[in-house]
Amino acid sequence: MNHDQQSCFVIEGRMALPYQYFAGAVGSRFIVALRDDKKILAVRGAKNGTTFLPPRQTCERTFESLEDNWVEVGPDGTVTGFTVIRYREPYQPQEPPYVLALIRLDGADAPIVHLVECGEVASMRVGMRVRAVFADDPVDNILAIRHFTEVK
Amino acid sequence: MKRKRRNVAVIGSGMSHFSSHREEVNQPEMIHEAVVEALDDAGMTLDEVDCVLHGNMELFEMVHQPDMWHAIASGVWGKSGLRLTTGGTTGITLACAADNLVASGLHDVVLAIGFEKLQEGHTTGGITNMADPLWGRSIQTGALTGTTAQAVIDEFGEERAKHAAMKMRIIMDEHAMLNEKAHRRLGLDRQFIKEMADNSPPLVGELRMLHMCSQSDGACAVVFASEEKAEALGAAPAWVVDHETVHREETLMFSPEKTTMRVAAERMFTRNGITDPRRDIDVFEMYDPSAWWGLDWLREFLLLEGDEHLKMVENDEIRIDGAFPLNPSGGVQASNPIGATALVRVAEAAMQVRGVAGGHQVPKPVRRALASGFGGTLWTVLMLLSREKPVLGGHCDA
Repeated sequence: MNHDQQSCFVIEGRMALPYQYFAGAVGSRFIVALRDDKKILAVRGAKNGTTFLPPRQTCERTFESLEDNWVEVGPDGTVTGFTVIRYREPYQPQEPPYVLALIRLDGADAPIVHLVECGEVASMRVGMRVRAVFADDPVDNILAIRHFTEVK
Repeated sequence: MKRKRRNVAVIGSGMSHFSSHREEVNQPEMIHEAVVEALDDAGMTLDEVDCVLHGNMELFEMVHQPDMWHAIASGVWGKSGLRLTTGGTTGITLACAADNLVASGLHDVVLAIGFEKLQEGHTTGGITNMADPLWGRSIQTGALTGTTAQAVIDEFGEERAKHAAMKMRIIMDEHAMLNEKAHRRLGLDRQFIKEMADNSPPLVGELRMLHMCSQSDGACAVVFASEEKAEALGAAPAWVVDHETVHREETLMFSPEKTTMRVAAERMFTRNGITDPRRDIDVFEMYDPSAWWGLDWLREFLLLEGDEHLKMVENDEIRIDGAFPLNPSGGVQASNPIGATALVRVAEAAMQVRGVAGGHQVPKPVRRALASGFGGTLWTVLMLLSREKPVLGGHCDA
């Protein structure tokens, strides 16, 4: 921290504020379908046909309720952007180097972020077709999809 | 408060159900409950709303820019929006800002939203960071203080003081039992008043668990509209007469001659010709974080002397069917989603004026209602609402 305190007085503080965040009605249904049925569910607005993934309760533009209008999307999709993580730090999902990509699942109108396992990272490209690989041991979060792999 | 350009009315309000555990919904889903109810109550759609105000406590849920997170459910998309956070007073600050935005002519309809999901965060951790790191943070106790309880005991004796504080707590619970949205509806029995005063687990000195407000999850939304808009909708409005904010930013080591509550009330009542608040105001929704504070502040807000405030509690004058009903909703001791709490006071006061409070509607006619907010460093905010439309320019301080 601060090693030169001879000419000034500094309070060295540290905040640790624990918190929770509940998935909510819509998020919970998404996680349960993913974990138990290996299905990727989105919600679709009746007014403008937008398909939201991640799903949410309300469309902020039409203010209509979306929570009863579920549609299945994927498991295939298209990479719309990606980055290669080459540094190491705590709490990473796997050993670097690895790829984090924006993937627009077939049927959805916006991409989600997830891992892509593609062998050599140099082979990654925008437009790549990928498919969800589900985790062997179900978990209660987005990592119930273990990663995506290229569809040749 | 400066002269208003035009009148402003509360024409609708909505609240989520208040509970210690709203685990079935996330933050935007909970807020959406209040927003939908408020728009329904006002008889309007989101299209007619010009501006959405959003507020809660800083640090409590550890969400940065929650107003943006919540845009999917708050209705702010494509509209003017502001986030306000003034600690415990946040909710009523939202109401003051909404009043100013409409009164100034900037907007015709403003939707104010306050929320908190205290279950998801660490309240005392957040509050402690309010204190100056050099002089106070390491000895901060969060929101709990036993000094008021001791002061009331010193002034009136232990037996009378403890009885009055627990009597106030029981009356608040009796009111909460009438309000289906209230968080704590305990069914406290008057015959055990002494046992509860003696045996409720102590927090600090004679401030005991039962005296203290709850930690709640909940959201509140209130629709403020211009006179033209309110009358076009044919709504039964509660007119915003005036609001006043008093706070002390310095450390609390000075001993003030008057509390912020008394200063706010004196200013508010003088401007509005209120010479006898117990006669001129029909119901009061006070932000009273504990029964001891509620008891003590009754004297301050109503500009009373001596033991008049104790008598008001002892003789049931503050009950919903009494001469001066206090917190017919059950108040903060029953439900405290902090960022929403002070807006709930305004919403409840407006509901009483509009006659739409349902099971906890005050039986006597309500012409004027008062709402208060309270927050850190002794912020006090007061808002006065009336059934009768105020005369523009009727009050103005220099």
